[in-house]
Amino acid sequence: MRERDLIIVGGGPAGLSAAKIALESGLSVTLIERAHDLGGQLVKQTHKFFGSKSEYAKTRGIDIAKILIADLEAYSSKLEIYQDTTVLAMYPDHVLTAIQGRNYMKWKAKAIIIATGASEKFLAFENNDIPGIYGAGAIQTLMNQYGIMPGSEVVMVGSGNIGLIVSYQLIQAGVKVKAVLEASDHIGGYLVHASKLVRLGVPIKTNTTVKRAYGTTKIERIDTVRLDPQWQEVEGSEESIDCDALCISVGLSPLHQLLSMSGCEMIYINELGGLVPKKNEQYETTMPRVFACGDVTGIEEASSAMVEGKLAGLMASYSLGYEHPQFETLKAETLHQLQNLRQGPCGIKIRQGLEKAGEAL
Amino acid sequence: MSEKDIIICRCEDVTLAELRECLEAGYTTFEEIKRILRIGMGPCQGQTCANLIQREIAKYLKQPTESIPTHKTRPLTSGVVLQDIAEAEDE
Repeated sequence: MRERDLIIVGGGPAGLSAAKIALESGLSVTLIERAHDLGGQLVKQTHKFFGSKSEYAKTRGIDIAKILIADLEAYSSKLEIYQDTTVLAMYPDHVLTAIQGRNYMKWKAKAIIIATGASEKFLAFENNDIPGIYGAGAIQTLMNQYGIMPGSEVVMVGSGNIGLIVSYQLIQAGVKVKAVLEASDHIGGYLVHASKLVRLGVPIKTNTTVKRAYGTTKIERIDTVRLDPQWQEVEGSEESIDCDALCISVGLSPLHQLLSMSGCEMIYINELGGLVPKKNEQYETTMPRVFACGDVTGIEEASSAMVEGKLAGLMASYSLGYEHPQFETLKAETLHQLQNLRQGPCGIKIRQGLEKAGEAL
Repeated sequence: MSEKDIIICRCEDVTLAELRECLEAGYTTFEEIKRILRIGMGPCQGQTCANLIQREIAKYLKQPTESIPTHKTRPLTSGVVLQDIAEAEDE
């Protein structure tokens, strides 16, 4: 058994931010990442971020990842990083097991931060297993990381920020976006992204979803259907759209498995994307010295994930007797930043979700 | 519409038609249905199908999605060769 001070599971925006703060606090840190590259979803985000300077507004996601990784370089003697490593299990006695290739490893940590992020939600419609039906994340990976076109004519399902931004990126790559479908009665993402698409001639169809796909070896066409205010299909409202790719962007759900299996108290909250851990103001779960931050605690943006990561890093270090030199200032600052990020009409969902979870802002 | 052509659990290739049959037969929890259809027992361990199944159960029982019990999560999160565990070196 390898004994460690702090193990962080997940090297995305939340995990990297937590690592930096914990290292600054004087802890030794072990960071475990399933993918080959650190940075999580940031590595495929070619667009510039919104928000405030402290969360790298106006910087491209891919460059934010580079900054967060570079921030850790000064601490290389106290930081060990395992990439291509999947954490297999977490147990109530703070034992973690993981696999890297064929190398099985076992650790025991004094404190753990779970920053595993989220995965894409899937949609139930006829022939939803035909090749050419992608998640928005897969399209971003193909296009933005590997330079591979997913198709030439795409229909996007979902008008949240991811759906809107990926639609725009598809257009930038020379792909025709035939339509954006949205099941609810309003566009989910920022209107500034939506207007850009509308100006480029992309119809955004609200109260509409995908009903079935056609094709044998590859998708050729879809039928859409309109939905009434009770989310029931409107008879006779079906329309066909030819396409060679369909992109599903209907939200994310937290990668909760490690927390659930170890016995942390979990709660299912629609607004937060699904099953999330109960946590206190210190970002600690119901398991002592197991902290959680980022999308695994509720789906938000990368900006909030970074801020939550800082908080979890601060609190995890503090719980082991390592107080960050600017503990009080940073704590107040990060709490204030989170409040800012969640205010306004775009933060309603997350505010409602946190309230249900019993966490006031 | 053809519920036979709607995949709910893509790891185990379970369709909406099969899920509905289970519900009609009186199996209305994820855990029961898992034992019959193997939903959530493939490589993704329910990460993809759980939300869809949660919603179908809720719809069938006419209850809010959030009140439907979620399935039990157990180690491990991914497939491992037993030999690798047996031969693992300890530090």
